[in-house]
Amino acid sequence: MSAASPTIDETRSRPSEAVVDWVRRNGWTLGLLGLLALLLIYTRMINSNYGVAGIQALAISILPLALAAVAQAICVISGGIDLSIGSMMALTSVFAAANMQGQSEEFAVAIVLATLVFGLLLGAINGSLIVVTRVPDIVVTLAMAFVWGGSALLVLKTPAGGSAAWLKNLVLGPIGVDWIPKAAIVLLVIVAVIWFPLRRSRLGLSIYAIGSNQLAAFRSGVPIGRTKITAYALTGLFSAFAGLSLTASTGIGNPVPGPYTLMSVAAVVLGGVSLAGGRGGVFGPIVGVVILQLVQIDLAFMSLDPNLSLVTQGLILIGVVMFGSLLQWRRSRR
Amino acid sequence: MTQIATDLLLEATGIAKTYGAVVALRSASLAVRPGEVHALMGANGAGKSTLVKILTGNVRPDSGRIVIRGRERTVHSPADARRGGLVSVYQEPALVPDLDIRSNLVLTDTPIDAFRHWTHELGIGDLDVSDTARQLPLATLRIIDLARALAIEPDVLMLDEMTAALPANLTERVLEVIGRQRGGDRSVIFISHRMIEIAAVCDRATVLREGETVGVIDVNQGSEERIVELMLGRIVQGIPARMSEGAAPVARASDLPPRLSAQGLSSDAKLQDVSFELFAGEVLGVVALEGQGQDELFDILSGSERASGGELLVDGATASFRHPADAIRAGIVYVAADRAEALLPQRSVSENITLPVTARIRNWGLIDLGAERRRVSGAVEKLQIDARAGGEVRRLSGGNQQKVTIARWVAGGVRTMLCFDPTRGIDIGTKQQIYTLLRDLAGAGAAVLLYTSELKEVQLVCDRAIVLFGGRLVAEIEADEADEPTLLRAAYNLRPDAAMPEEVAAELVAAEAASDGGAPSSGLGTPSDQSTNDR
Repeated sequence: MSAASPTIDETRSRPSEAVVDWVRRNGWTLGLLGLLALLLIYTRMINSNYGVAGIQALAISILPLALAAVAQAICVISGGIDLSIGSMMALTSVFAAANMQGQSEEFAVAIVLATLVFGLLLGAINGSLIVVTRVPDIVVTLAMAFVWGGSALLVLKTPAGGSAAWLKNLVLGPIGVDWIPKAAIVLLVIVAVIWFPLRRSRLGLSIYAIGSNQLAAFRSGVPIGRTKITAYALTGLFSAFAGLSLTASTGIGNPVPGPYTLMSVAAVVLGGVSLAGGRGGVFGPIVGVVILQLVQIDLAFMSLDPNLSLVTQGLILIGVVMFGSLLQWRRSRR
Repeated sequence: MTQIATDLLLEATGIAKTYGAVVALRSASLAVRPGEVHALMGANGAGKSTLVKILTGNVRPDSGRIVIRGRERTVHSPADARRGGLVSVYQEPALVPDLDIRSNLVLTDTPIDAFRHWTHELGIGDLDVSDTARQLPLATLRIIDLARALAIEPDVLMLDEMTAALPANLTERVLEVIGRQRGGDRSVIFISHRMIEIAAVCDRATVLREGETVGVIDVNQGSEERIVELMLGRIVQGIPARMSEGAAPVARASDLPPRLSAQGLSSDAKLQDVSFELFAGEVLGVVALEGQGQDELFDILSGSERASGGELLVDGATASFRHPADAIRAGIVYVAADRAEALLPQRSVSENITLPVTARIRNWGLIDLGAERRRVSGAVEKLQIDARAGGEVRRLSGGNQQKVTIARWVAGGVRTMLCFDPTRGIDIGTKQQIYTLLRDLAGAGAAVLLYTSELKEVQLVCDRAIVLFGGRLVAEIEADEADEPTLLRAAYNLRPDAAMPEEVAAELVAAEAASDGGAPSSGLGTPSDQSTNDR
């Protein structure tokens, strides 16, 4: 085979190499998991009482942010960004809380489903505006953040409403063993049922494709506009899950958006999703959320000034991303 | 034969497209028979690439119809074109860089077994489909793109400069596979700058000139000359007198070293061993078809990229540029083809003109506005820039923008100017002004290197011209002899006395294959053999 291309390496296909390959591809997430393990050990060292209760509290506090991070990750992978996630969470949360109050447990099922469809619709509107008007995504979603945020205040002026008991039970407390929180299982089930099948489908590949190189995707026959709208709709859907998780964990709906939008961007960056699009997954951002939250808890245990705690979180974010980029840069030079 | 066999597989008629005032296509037509490999030819600016973009759905035509297998098609996207039976392999691979090859195949519904078959045929059978596209070299990506297109089994396969980035051994495989497509039910539209490949695999050729189809000819022995004639057409009369008559070039002082001397410049495979000298007081033309290494040459000379080999001398002393600022300091300034690369569109004309000067100022003091104004008004007057110098540059016409990019260097005084196709897409009046300006600069003792895609500019402006082909310098022609036919032949490397790089490479491969004892011997030999065969 003298005429064969000299550019393709011929060794491969041994199982051990497949493992090496897998590790290399998921290196960032594995590194984050390592960092998370160290943080957990450190937490235990500075506070020997940290245990089952701590894990439960951690899981319930990360659930909304983790779902928001998944929402943001999908959008960023498609080459966009959504600054209205926090507002969509507030709107879907009050929508669910206002409609569930005083209703039967069975009716609440319909409300939950309606809320998810509502979120899907909000996201689709965001995406359609971006595609049709050609206004940059950052501008459209910033503007829509005000629209959805204002709408939330129209639904409920103050934190109010209620949640079905089954919805609260779904996320609060342990399942089976004491230290496995239901919230974590719910998160994994949602991601496993919706994102994992999607990722390997044509639609999922198309979302990665338009984020990676729009022209190449277009030339491969991917409908750019339709795929972009779908990606934003999925972001809306996961925002609705996040909004529902707020209602479920607090029992009410709060019309004022939390700090979720920018935290979701931070988690996505920490989770190894390229802001340029096309690269990364949703698992990294979820681990990123846990790390951010755990750092906050540790700093509280160390009785640091809460303001300094924010400064420290910011520095850790920059530090981790810089360190990771440095590793990637060194690897690419080899 | 039956009615069906004589029917056309693809027929495009009356295709027209204008961009603003620029007419890209006037009335182009293309008719492809089943089972043929059809070449699409045309000089730079003939409208070839626009026609390709229209057929593949990347651009919508203003008028015209496209009929594939007897059905009229409206093609609004590459996906539409594919449904209609036309699949294209582009100059830039259409593979999504962050997805692995398998996912890229899923994206286009490509059957993997057929894809595997073609990768074997094309000589990359050891490809791992779990590799990410980004990790693979360009040549491999182009072959993957071709294998993917072949696996879909389209009625019409369009190959745009398929062999441009390929090493000789892969080129041979590709040509062999394309040659085997002949005589079947499907057709190939083949676009290449390499006449030798056209001769090797094509049955017929459609030639475009100035946005119109000017001829369709059978490809056989001696048809190369006929194609060149068609591409040139009758030489347009009424060309203004040679600019250099007014300002005779300064006689070359033999005791002075050349202003710029390139010695064996190379840039990986794109530019190989290019040597020439540029003297003060002359305009040296660079002539080449698209992508023959001229971009790399100008990038190296202007300090944007570093050469992988060779040496550059400025005024006789070795120079090494790490940054465009180094080149500017050595007196070498660059006027880019893409004005967007050079200008600050939202800033004023005067700021744009003084930018290189203010960028050079070492101290942090205030900018001397009086001196700036004098400099700007001098340059604006000299170039007759039609603008109130306070307005934003993006509001100017293309021609006036181009004059601003030149003016900024004139304002600071020019020793050596590199111009990359400065008259592309601007009106004739402004072109004249730019010609005059370049001659004036040379008359004042500056050295000018001018790449132009308009061949007639060479005799108008240049003292002599060098010709690049396949990254090598293949000819040097004095202005008196540099008429369009001569230049075009040289650009296609058709002079019998010049060695053709592909031919040399193909012979090497053939010799290698022969020594292995396993040379592919089906139908098509090496490209160089085939061109001399009688069909």
